[in-house]
Amino acid sequence: MSAPLLVFFVLAALAVGGALNLILQKHPIHSALSLIVVMVSLAGLYLLMGAEFVAAVQIIVYGGAIMVLFVFVIMLLNAGVEEHTNFSKLAGIAGIPLALVVTGFIAAAITHANDTVLAAPQTGAVAATKDLSTMLFREFVYPFELTSFLILIAILGALVLAQREHS
Amino acid sequence: MIPTSYYIILSSILFGLGVIAFIFKRNVITIFMSIELMLNAVNLAFVAFSRALGQLDGQIFVLFVIVVAAAEAAVGLGIVILIARNRQSLNVERVDLLKL
Repeated sequence: MSAPLLVFFVLAALAVGGALNLILQKHPIHSALSLIVVMVSLAGLYLLMGAEFVAAVQIIVYGGAIMVLFVFVIMLLNAGVEEHTNFSKLAGIAGIPLALVVTGFIAAAITHANDTVLAAPQTGAVAATKDLSTMLFREFVYPFELTSFLILIAILGALVLAQREHS
Repeated sequence: MIPTSYYIILSSILFGLGVIAFIFKRNVITIFMSIELMLNAVNLAFVAFSRALGQLDGQIFVLFVIVVAAAEAAVGLGIVILIARNRQSLNVERVDLLKL
């Protein structure tokens, strides 16, 4: 087994294990910490594919900003262990086979696909960050500017939602 | 080197686990985290296909998905704080205002 394949399997096992732990843990803070494991191992997979910039953004924005926000809200609300009722067990009985069927269907479709794209090896080579920035600020400059409006509106929305009403 | 299909299968496994978490969990915050997990799985597929096709569009899409996820987390956690303030609980079954 070659070294990149070994790294892939280690990172994939970490990601799947973290996702499983997210489901199995009862306390939201433990779920949040296992989600951070998933995100960091996905950043490692991006590095393995040669997408350095995406890996950096994944760690800074997802592993840093978003997950800190989650942990902050969990601690602010003092969220405890979640309670299970009969309905949630029913949802598990219906939901787990459904999700397994969806995953199996996608995996079967991929493995049976006779496509050259899927067989193409992932060569982690060329540093693409320069090309990425050129593309982002030339062809995708209007969507990029629109995202700033989106973030502005999201900030306003979060402020309006979270502010205490004066009554 | 690693075939693209490995990445796509890993991505579909993570997406399926995200769906299971979304259905099975009762805590609003954990449900939000499972949405983030599903977005991450899709991002992995985007980067894998971008690499396999030799085009960078996929990576740009990933950046936009991350921006949208950040905006969604900000607004969503604001809603979570409102739910916790009004219902004194984070259980989604307590949020049944629209139920008949």
